Amino acid sequence: MLEIKNLHVSVEDQEILKGLNLTVNKGEIHSIMGPNGSGKSTLAQVLAGRDTYEVTEGEIIFEGKDLLELSPEDRACEGIFMAFQYPVEIPGVANTYLLREALNSVRKYRGQEPLKHIEFAKYAKEKMKVMDISDNLLKRAVNQGFSGGEKKRNEIFQMQILEPKFAILDETDSGLDIDALKIVANGVNALRSPERAFVVITHYQRLLDYIVPDFVHVLVDGKIVKSGGKELALELEDKGYGWIEEEKTAANS
Amino acid sequence: MSVDIEKLAQQEYKYGFVTDVDQEIAPVGLNEDVIRMISAKKDEPQWLLEWRLKAYENWLTMKEPTWPNVHYSPIDYQSISYYAAPKNMPKLESLDDLDPEIKAAYDKLGIPLDEQKMLAGVAVDAVFDSVSVITTFKKTLAESGVIFCSISDAVREHPELVKKYLGFVVPANDNFYAALNTAVFTDGSFVYIPKGVRCPMELSTYFRINAENTGQFERTLIIAEEGSYVSYLEGCTAPKRDENQLHAAVVELIAHKDATIKYSTIQNWYPGDSEGKGGIYNFVTKRGRCVGNNSHISWTQVETGSAITWKYPSCILEGDNSVGEFYSVALTNRRQQADTGTKMIHKGKNTSSTIISKGISAGFGQNTYRGLVAIGKDASGARNYTQCDSMLIGDKCGAHTFPYIEVKNSTAQMEHEASTSKIGEDQIFYCQQRGLSAEDAVSLIVNGFCKDVFKELPFEFAVEAEKLLSISLEGSVG
Repeated sequence: MLEIKNLHVSVEDQEILKGLNLTVNKGEIHSIMGPNGSGKSTLAQVLAGRDTYEVTEGEIIFEGKDLLELSPEDRACEGIFMAFQYPVEIPGVANTYLLREALNSVRKYRGQEPLKHIEFAKYAKEKMKVMDISDNLLKRAVNQGFSGGEKKRNEIFQMQILEPKFAILDETDSGLDIDALKIVANGVNALRSPERAFVVITHYQRLLDYIVPDFVHVLVDGKIVKSGGKELALELEDKGYGWIEEEKTAANS
Repeated sequence: MSVDIEKLAQQEYKYGFVTDVDQEIAPVGLNEDVIRMISAKKDEPQWLLEWRLKAYENWLTMKEPTWPNVHYSPIDYQSISYYAAPKNMPKLESLDDLDPEIKAAYDKLGIPLDEQKMLAGVAVDAVFDSVSVITTFKKTLAESGVIFCSISDAVREHPELVKKYLGFVVPANDNFYAALNTAVFTDGSFVYIPKGVRCPMELSTYFRINAENTGQFERTLIIAEEGSYVSYLEGCTAPKRDENQLHAAVVELIAHKDATIKYSTIQNWYPGDSEGKGGIYNFVTKRGRCVGNNSHISWTQVETGSAITWKYPSCILEGDNSVGEFYSVALTNRRQQADTGTKMIHKGKNTSSTIISKGISAGFGQNTYRGLVAIGKDASGARNYTQCDSMLIGDKCGAHTFPYIEVKNSTAQMEHEASTSKIGEDQIFYCQQRGLSAEDAVSLIVNGFCKDVFKELPFEFAVEAEKLLSISLEGSVG
C-alpha cells in the first residue's frame, strides 16, 4: 500500500530524515518510536504533504501513485489521514461544518454525491458514540477552547468520519489520561480492517497495549535502525533507546 | 504556502456587464443650471431646489478630506455627469412597463423584480443609475401603513415627511461629499414605518451604476416611528470600466422612542482590476439618530467592492437607554483601499454601543479601521464594547487601526479589544489535510473570522455574503 524508499528530507537546509525505508501493507499497524528529534513528526508531515519540508531524495509510492506529486488535499482525497500532534484552532468555523465540507470534498473527488445536512448528521451520530463526542463539541468552533483530550478525541473522530485508507497518528496519546487513551484506542480499533493501514507514532509503550501493532520501528537520527514485533516496544520501555544507539555504533565500527 | 500574486489578476468580477438602454445623460460638469435641471426633471418643490443650491454654494467653499488613509489621483468634479436615466421612463404601474433590458439586467444580478419570483418576504426598490425604476410589494406594504418608495416619489407624495426629515441627521454642509450629494442627489429609497408597526417584510434597495462617466448620488431616508421595527438591506454593483466612477451617497436613519432600525449593506461595486485601474470611489455618509428613549439602530456592512471606500456608518444616541451597533466586514484585495469604521456618539443616559469590525486584506489591499466612541458629559452609565480584528492574507497587504475614544463622563464603561493575525499556514494545511483545496480553506477560515458579523444579517443575505466573500477572495492564495 505504502512504500517509502531512501527518503531524505530537509528543513531549512538541515537534514532530518536521512534515507528512511518503510513498507506498509494493507491491514497492518506499524508503530514508530524514537527519541525526541529523531524525525518522527517530520515523517508524518511529509506523508501529509506539508511544503515546509523539502524532500531532497527518495520516493514515496502510495497505491501505485507517486505521493510526492500530489497536493495535500489530493492526498487526503486519495485516503491519507493525519491525526495532528497539535491540532489548530479555527475560530468561528463549527467543527461539524468543517467535517461536512471535508467529507463532501473527498466524496466529490471520488465521484460520489455530497451528503446533505440531515444525512451527514445521521452518519456522524454513530461515530460520535464511539468517540464520546457531544453535540456541543460538534457545534463549537474547530478545536477552540478544547481541552488537550478533547482535541485528540476530535482528531480520531474526524478520522472516523473520513474513513481513510491510511492513517498516521502523530503522538495522539500525548497528554491523554487513561480514560481518554482508551477512547482514542477504541476509535482506532473500530476502524481496523484488512483494507486499512495505520502508522502510530508514539513515545510510550502504553498506547500499544490498546492499539496492538504488527510491527515496531525505532527511528534514530533520521533512519529506522531497528524493527521488530510488539515485544520491541516493551524492550524499549524497559531499556530506553540508548542500547540501540550503542548497537548501531558497534555495528558501524 | 506561498501567495501567488499572479493569480490575483485572474479573478473575475461577475457583475461587470453593461446594459444597453437608451439613456438620458446630463452634460458633464457641475453648475447651478445642472442642479436646476435635476430638480426640474423631478418636479421638485421650490424649497428643495433652494436647499440644493445652498448646499452647492457651501460645497464650493469646502475641501475634499485628505485625512483618510487612502491614495488616489485628484477627482475632476467637472468631468462627471450628474444625471443619467433610462429614456422614456413613464411612471410604472406594473412590471410589464419596465424596459426589458433593465429587467434583464436585474435578473442577471440575481434580483428578480417579479413579485411572484421574489424571495418571500423581501420588497425591492431598484435604482438604475440616477433613478428608481421599480419598487415591488408597494401595495402589500401599504396595507400595514408602511411607505416604501423612491425618494423622488416621496417628495411628491409625502412632502411633509420629506421636508421634516431630509437633512435631519446629515445637514447639508456636514462634509464635502454630503454637501455634493445634497446638491445633486437623484434618487434613493424612502421608508416610513408608522407608530407601533413591525414592517411585515425585509426591505431592500439594489443600486446599479450602468452609464459611463456618471456619478451616482443617492439619498436614503428611513424613519421609524414610536415602537416600530424595520430591517432594510442595500446591495450595490456596477459594470467594469477603466475609469473610476464616483458614488457619493447619504443615508439618514431616524429611530423614535422604542423603535428599531436594522440597516444592512452588501457592497460589491466594481473594485478595479489587478493593476488598480478603474473601480468605484465609494464616498458615503451614513448616520442614524436614536432620538427616542430605548431606540435602537444597528448597522451591518459587508464591503467587498469599490476601488476606494470612505464610509463611517454612525449612531447618535440621544434617547436614554438607546442602543447603537456596528458590525462590519471589509475586504480589500488587489489594489483596493478602504478606510471605514463608525462613530458612536453617546448623549443620553445608559446608552450602549457595540462595534465589531473585521478587516481582511489580501493582494495589495490596504484596510483601515477608523472609529470614534464619544461619551458626552450627560451620558451617565454609557457603555461601549469595541472589537476590532484584522486578518492579513499574503505579505503585500496592510491593516491599520485608528480608534479614537473621548470620554467626558466618569461613569462610562469602555472596552476595546483588537487583534491582527495572519491567516495561518497551519490552519490552511489542517483543512487541506482533511480534503479541502487551499482556496476553499481560506474561504472557510475567513468566513469563520467574519461569523460574528454575518450572523447579524438576515438569513438569505448571510448566505449571499459568504458566497460573495469567497468570490472576492478567489486567487488570493496560490
